[in-house]
Amino acid sequence: MPSGLQELGRLGVNFIRAIGGVFILLYKFIASLQELHRSLGLFVHQLYLLGVKSVPLIIIISIFVGAVSAWQAAYQFKFIGAPLRLLGHAVGKAVVIELAPVLAAIVFAGRVGAGITAELGTMKVTEQIDALESMGISPVRYLVQPRVLACLFMVPFLVIFANFVAIVGALIVSIIGVAVSSETFLTGFKDSFKLSDFVNGLIKAGVFGFIIGIVGCYHGFNTKGGAQGVGLATTSSVVISMVLILVFNFVFAVILFRI
Amino acid sequence: MSAPLIKIENLRKAFDSHLVLDGVNIDINRGESIVVIGQSGCGKSVLLKHLIRLLEPDDGRVTFDGEDISRFDFYELTDYRRRFGMLFQSAALFDSMTVEENVGLGLKESRQYSAKQTRDIVNEKLELVGLTGVGEKRPAELSGGMRKRVGLARAIAGTPEVLLYDEPTTGLDPITADMINELIVHLREKLQVTSVAVTHDMKSAFQIADRIVMLHNGKIEFEGTPQEVSTTSNPVVRQFITGSSVGPIQA
Repeated sequence: MPSGLQELGRLGVNFIRAIGGVFILLYKFIASLQELHRSLGLFVHQLYLLGVKSVPLIIIISIFVGAVSAWQAAYQFKFIGAPLRLLGHAVGKAVVIELAPVLAAIVFAGRVGAGITAELGTMKVTEQIDALESMGISPVRYLVQPRVLACLFMVPFLVIFANFVAIVGALIVSIIGVAVSSETFLTGFKDSFKLSDFVNGLIKAGVFGFIIGIVGCYHGFNTKGGAQGVGLATTSSVVISMVLILVFNFVFAVILFRI
Repeated sequence: MSAPLIKIENLRKAFDSHLVLDGVNIDINRGESIVVIGQSGCGKSVLLKHLIRLLEPDDGRVTFDGEDISRFDFYELTDYRRRFGMLFQSAALFDSMTVEENVGLGLKESRQYSAKQTRDIVNEKLELVGLTGVGEKRPAELSGGMRKRVGLARAIAGTPEVLLYDEPTTGLDPITADMINELIVHLREKLQVTSVAVTHDMKSAFQIADRIVMLHNGKIEFEGTPQEVSTTSNPVVRQFITGSSVGPIQA
């Protein structure tokens, strides 16, 4: 029976090993970019599978995020006695800076990060990754590169969508539920809109996408055992991606949005 | 006697604290068919994977034509692996691809063949393993025996110098297993390749081997021709080939 100290040591070693493993994969990924031209077809395919197929989910999530933001903001305004004409201003800022990038990334981690780990994990335990290597095909170039690049490009793309749909959701609630005219809402939104906020949101989204891709691939490649191992790897992948998204979101808040 | 094509020298490999290979030495000659036998979990597949550096040894080395394969850089290793074909225990077909795409993937990625040449080679290899008309099917639509044959077609697609077989008959019914064994012998004669197989199926070992090596407790327990294996008095080998639960091998 291992003592608490031994268990702590084991966890520490595993953590350092995982960090090292992610950096090794990162290095191999960067090295594989030399042969980017060979994976363009796979990259386009992943753009469709990971990104385009996520659009319906992002639309549903974003419309409700926008709607609830408008409702809650109106509720708070009423509580503190703030004028409702500022609703578009407040909701617009919250959506563009925080809600769209973070929630789109979290949803993407749940849908795509989990899918990447489950797929690569199954390939790992059924020796399909060994089979690729045995044929002289680099699994990093063939599997990791297109997926990570697709995540890197598609999360910002989805965030643009999420921004638009969330604002539409907020606008609908403002008009129907809060009795703020569309003109008032949109004027407030336009007044508050800064291109730099929008661009910073997309930069964050790109980094979140990269994290989801690399963490998903790392866990897939390090899956052990059978179905249970795939399940554990998938859970770890999603949890770690989400935690890293929130940690990096705070780092970005401090760096990009100076008080 | 010419130098061996593949030389495994003092190979040691452990996983965590479990020592799997403990100083294994095997010479494999060009054109030879060698079969490694041993209990499940004795390190046969681990040994096979070292031959194409799917695993790295803790100690010892593997040389191919006199060259230490651990010194190969990424591109040399890629070229080296293309000289091999490997049939995996579970066939390891890519389930997102059709049979045709599976067999042709290595050819396509080598960028040495046109699309038409690739298609022709794929059809030729599928015919060679007795599978025609299944090119458009997915692996999930095939039986275990058919999957193994597709795996075999994929292994020979690049006309390799060496074929590696990991438990080629495991999980198959006796008739299909015999068909796979016949196919392995046929391919060896037709393609003139060097073969290394690992199995615990003695019928298969006797059918396809020129030489049999038995692994036990991480070391070579016995090495000889099928005839020598069947007549040896070595108690470990005797117990293994007779399939008895009584003897020096503990389950």
